[in-house]
Amino acid sequence: MTTPVLSVRGMTVEIPTRRGVLRPVDNVSFDIAEGEILGVVGESGAGKSMTGNAVIGLLDPPARIVSGEVLLKGEAVHTAKGEKLRRIRGKRMGMIFQDPLTSLNPLLTVGEQLSETILEHLPVSQSEAEKRAIAALDEVGIPAAAQRIDSYPHEFSGGMRQRVVIALALCAEPDLVIADEPTTALDVSVQAQIIALLKRLCRDKGVAVMLVTHDMGVIAEAADRVAVMYAGRMAELGPVREVLTRARHPYTAGLMGSTPLASQGQKRLRQIPGAMPRLEHLPDGCAFHPRCDRAEARCRQNPAPDLTACEGRAACWFPLPAQSEKEEVSA
Amino acid sequence: MLAYIIRRVGQSILVLLFTGLVAFSMFSFVGDPIDNMLGQERTQADVERLRTELGLDRPFVVQYYKFLEQAVQGNFGLSYRQGRPVGEILLERAPATLELAFVSGLLALVGGIGLGIFTAIRRQGWAANVIMTVSLIGVSLPTFLIGILLIYLFSVELGWLPSFGRGEVTQIGGWSTGFLTASGLKALILPAITLGLYQMTLIMRLVRTEMLEVLRMDYIRFARARGIRERAINFRHALKNTLVPVITITGLQLGSIIAFAIITETVFQWPGVGLLFINAIQFVDIPVMAAYLMMISVMFVGINLIVDMLYFAIDPRLRVDRTAGGH
Repeated sequence: MTTPVLSVRGMTVEIPTRRGVLRPVDNVSFDIAEGEILGVVGESGAGKSMTGNAVIGLLDPPARIVSGEVLLKGEAVHTAKGEKLRRIRGKRMGMIFQDPLTSLNPLLTVGEQLSETILEHLPVSQSEAEKRAIAALDEVGIPAAAQRIDSYPHEFSGGMRQRVVIALALCAEPDLVIADEPTTALDVSVQAQIIALLKRLCRDKGVAVMLVTHDMGVIAEAADRVAVMYAGRMAELGPVREVLTRARHPYTAGLMGSTPLASQGQKRLRQIPGAMPRLEHLPDGCAFHPRCDRAEARCRQNPAPDLTACEGRAACWFPLPAQSEKEEVSA
Repeated sequence: MLAYIIRRVGQSILVLLFTGLVAFSMFSFVGDPIDNMLGQERTQADVERLRTELGLDRPFVVQYYKFLEQAVQGNFGLSYRQGRPVGEILLERAPATLELAFVSGLLALVGGIGLGIFTAIRRQGWAANVIMTVSLIGVSLPTFLIGILLIYLFSVELGWLPSFGRGEVTQIGGWSTGFLTASGLKALILPAITLGLYQMTLIMRLVRTEMLEVLRMDYIRFARARGIRERAINFRHALKNTLVPVITITGLQLGSIIAFAIITETVFQWPGVGLLFINAIQFVDIPVMAAYLMMISVMFVGINLIVDMLYFAIDPRLRVDRTAGGH
């Protein structure tokens, strides 16, 4: 098997606070292969964005990676600092942020921002960089790219701006792109276009994508595999079809039951009782047990098994059977 | 944009007309100029004659119009005290004040922006903390006290720099400059620091706050995520975005450097327009006071106008008429 583009091994992020150490990402492991799109889903505060930021080294201090490793094509990047980290960012992994309205500098033209990035990472001349900037805009489907290159961000619509952001993230030809809720701030009608674009570009260029989102529709649309996060831990990880249709972790099942798309045919959407615990008040044992209808004594005492340690793909003591009974009933 | 400029110029003219009204009303309401001009020995006929001669018997509006007409031509009448045309006296004194204001303004801008960036980027470092603490002194101590302290230290105790006056000046055309002689430059140091210190610390703290604000923005994070160099992030991405509010305040501050040179000029006996104004107040020399008022307001309005134009140069979002498609 070839080395995955991104390999995260037992990564834990901690934030020391006055009231104790918070652990927004706890012992998370996953791989992303070349040209693969890994969807990362979870509720707000589940640690999905934090995981993305940790991978690209954008954690805001005092948050930091305390253990585990992040390997980019086999090379450790979680220890990179300063100049070395700067050369990795943009060149070897790019990032797409949630809000295209705020992620572009309002006082620089899109061309300036593109060629700046290209010149920073690729050994090309100024005029070559400009040519590539136009090509990059063209590639993300901005009409009349050669004219729009001198436009400022405010002269583009939200969807167009997100296209510019994607062009910026991809212009130095990275191996990995972390897309942090890339469609959340966009109109529903534009979301599908952006996801299709992202999917196409990554297939064509063989870029690995970590797609962070809370939108199950986006995951179903774009991802090859999906990782479900809950309270900083990986709850379930598997191929997208299987996870969406035959969830094994009770949390994933609950998540699917509460999503219109995945629970077609049901009269009412089910909801998971309660709310995700706050990081400073994590329960003992499995973090999900207070909300879980399958919880038993073991779940209250022992933390959920490690995803890599337990057979199957769900980090749960009592996973749902491989072929869900509920599935058969509703089918 | 042209429409905007025209509107701003129109507003500026309105402001000037109003300050002109205030300046003019000083003539009528701060004592009777006839009293000032004619001595104790006078007849009612003299008073009437002078009143007609000066046009003081005409309606208020006509007098105001006359005043404006003269003022536009730089004619503010004769100084009560010196008996010379006020315009001439002001012109003679202006170079001293302008040179002082220029040096202080430069000091405030360069020092303020430089230190502001430094303290924002290295906000955890000890140097930044020391600068921030010291800057509190600059903000809180009154100008005259700073001046006196500087005089005490550098003139009285150390004897390095002169405590008053402009030193030797060179006459170039109608402009007397202190830039060309060693004693002129030495004499400039203390007043320039005194005058510029407050503005410098103010600009510094403003730049720092704005910079910290901008460095938290998404586009800075995005620039970091793209591997842009720290230097480019700080100066190209962040600094430019802090400039609009900084220019607003800086513009106003440069105006007040000229206006509040009064105090510094008094402390250092600097022969500029500020000192002239203080002396004019003591002698109720209304033409000088009125002319000074007009001069300062013209400068303020002018600087504000320039600042408004600069916004357009910096922020493309304000160039409204340049509407490209694509929405």
